Amino acid sequence: MKISREDVQRVAELAYLDLSEAELEMYRTQIDEILEYIGKLNELDTAGVEPMAQVLADDQSADATLREDVVVPCNVAAEILKQAPDPEAPYFRVPKVIER
Amino acid sequence: MSVRFGQNLSNTQEGDGPKCPSYMTNWTIDGVREALAAKKISARELAADYFARIEKKNRELNAFLTLSEERAYAQAGRVDALVASGKPLPALAGVPIAIKDVISTRGVRTTCGSKILENYVPPFDATAVERLEAAGAVILGKTNCDEFAMGSSNENSAYGPVRNPEATDRVPGGSSGGSAAAVAAGLAVASLGTDTGGSIRQPGSFCGIPAMMGSYGRVSRYGLIAFASSLDRIGPFATNTRDVAAVMEVIAGRDANDSTSTTAPVPDYRALMEKPVKGLRIGIPKEYFAEGMDAGVRTKIEAGIEVLKKLGCELREIHMAHTDYAIATYYIIATAEASSNLARYDGVRYGLRVEDDSLLAMYRKTRGAGFGAEVKRRIVLGTYVLSAGYYDAYYLKGQKVRALIAQDFRDAFTKVDVIVTPTSPIPPFKLGEKTNDPLQMYLADIYTVTGSLAGVPGISVPCGKIGGKLPVGLQIFGPAFGEAKVLQLAHAFEQAGGGLV
Repeated sequence: MKISREDVQRVAELAYLDLSEAELEMYRTQIDEILEYIGKLNELDTAGVEPMAQVLADDQSADATLREDVVVPCNVAAEILKQAPDPEAPYFRVPKVIER
Repeated sequence: MSVRFGQNLSNTQEGDGPKCPSYMTNWTIDGVREALAAKKISARELAADYFARIEKKNRELNAFLTLSEERAYAQAGRVDALVASGKPLPALAGVPIAIKDVISTRGVRTTCGSKILENYVPPFDATAVERLEAAGAVILGKTNCDEFAMGSSNENSAYGPVRNPEATDRVPGGSSGGSAAAVAAGLAVASLGTDTGGSIRQPGSFCGIPAMMGSYGRVSRYGLIAFASSLDRIGPFATNTRDVAAVMEVIAGRDANDSTSTTAPVPDYRALMEKPVKGLRIGIPKEYFAEGMDAGVRTKIEAGIEVLKKLGCELREIHMAHTDYAIATYYIIATAEASSNLARYDGVRYGLRVEDDSLLAMYRKTRGAGFGAEVKRRIVLGTYVLSAGYYDAYYLKGQKVRALIAQDFRDAFTKVDVIVTPTSPIPPFKLGEKTNDPLQMYLADIYTVTGSLAGVPGISVPCGKIGGKLPVGLQIFGPAFGEAKVLQLAHAFEQAGGGLV
């Protein structure tokens, strides 16, 4: 067994994800099977291989240049706030974070 | 209005009678431009015709989630004004196009196929959408997809599955199932999808139409709601390869809002794709033809390869040694990136909120209620492979194997010009057939995820139908920024009758 019920619980907490008892059990079984399959990567000797985080490498060096940091008119604050579940212009309101 | 335009008439519907003449027309992009210029139809009439088609067929197919009629008619009006003024028409003038619902559209609801964004209306357009409209395209609406583009069957949409227009008891593929089905059913002339591990190419294959993913960096991702940022790409579906190329020409190119978009100039794909393919060196990777491929798919792909031989291409067997490790690698990297990207859905700035007195409980409840089963599975897996104690064993290992897979492609392209494989090992399957076994579903992505990890361009082109019913797709990979070569072979294959093998 690669992953325990406690592991799934811990990971769900890290990801701020409420999972029901049934989901915990289902994901444990399924993810265990997936991790078992992923284990086949250990057949490969990757010592000395550079990890690849992006496909943009040497051949796209031109892209390393960033655009000028220019201020452009945007003016969508009202539209953005309209999408919020609990806005109070110009703020997003959230439940109390710190107890006094 | 009763005149047919364009050469690709294989899906033309006969027998609807003269009452609805345009409905019979299988429009191409050139056909639309010519008809507009000759004043045989107006852009508004064409848009109205497409909305009528959607009205008629969408109830069954569920390809569209939201229609943008107001925006479409406003744009069509602008195109008609241009026609009236006699000015030259832009590349996609009046062409009705559908957009996958993970691509942001200003003022038009964009759900990502998720309950968590059920009422989200973006305040800006994706660059690809902006460029389509600047080229005269008419945006019809937003297409159904697997939630946050996570899936291979479109069954992970919170808004119900899409049905395959070629066989309505079957899935259209995914995650861009709605975009593929819309074009295949004649509900749009072209569409945009997104591809992270095969999500354009596989539904293109399942629905029997060409579908293309350009090189990573070829098309700006600005406004594409992120799933896995090092893999995500936007690309077109159309009824023929020339139209695929036409859309690519419009959406490709540097965008200051996406620092990973390349500055390399966009070639004239439609001119380059006409070049003869005689002598083109095609690699056939042995590893893609191993066990696990459906016998019907194999027969069609072998027949497709015969067509390539007849075209005078030079076929060579090649080896891509790490192919068998691509699925494992992909599902580490894609889920890791997804777990990070989807952290933004916290019930604060947009989307669903499930109230609670405590902030952290509000986050947990919102995300628990707002995400569907597959998205939660991937967040859990992705968080796990990144978590302390497992990072090296999984995520770092995955990144290293990704480097080996990319090297396989670079090595292959020193010997051959393009690589040809099946798009999917299986034909379209029945709805519900694979939903209970996520690993089996993942394994069906075997031929597409390799190119995703390597960042190279790929297309799926129709390669016959099993039993005359179930479409098969032939996949062509090219080297990074070798889109023209990929399109050149796809076009030659299509013109040589590859779609009818």
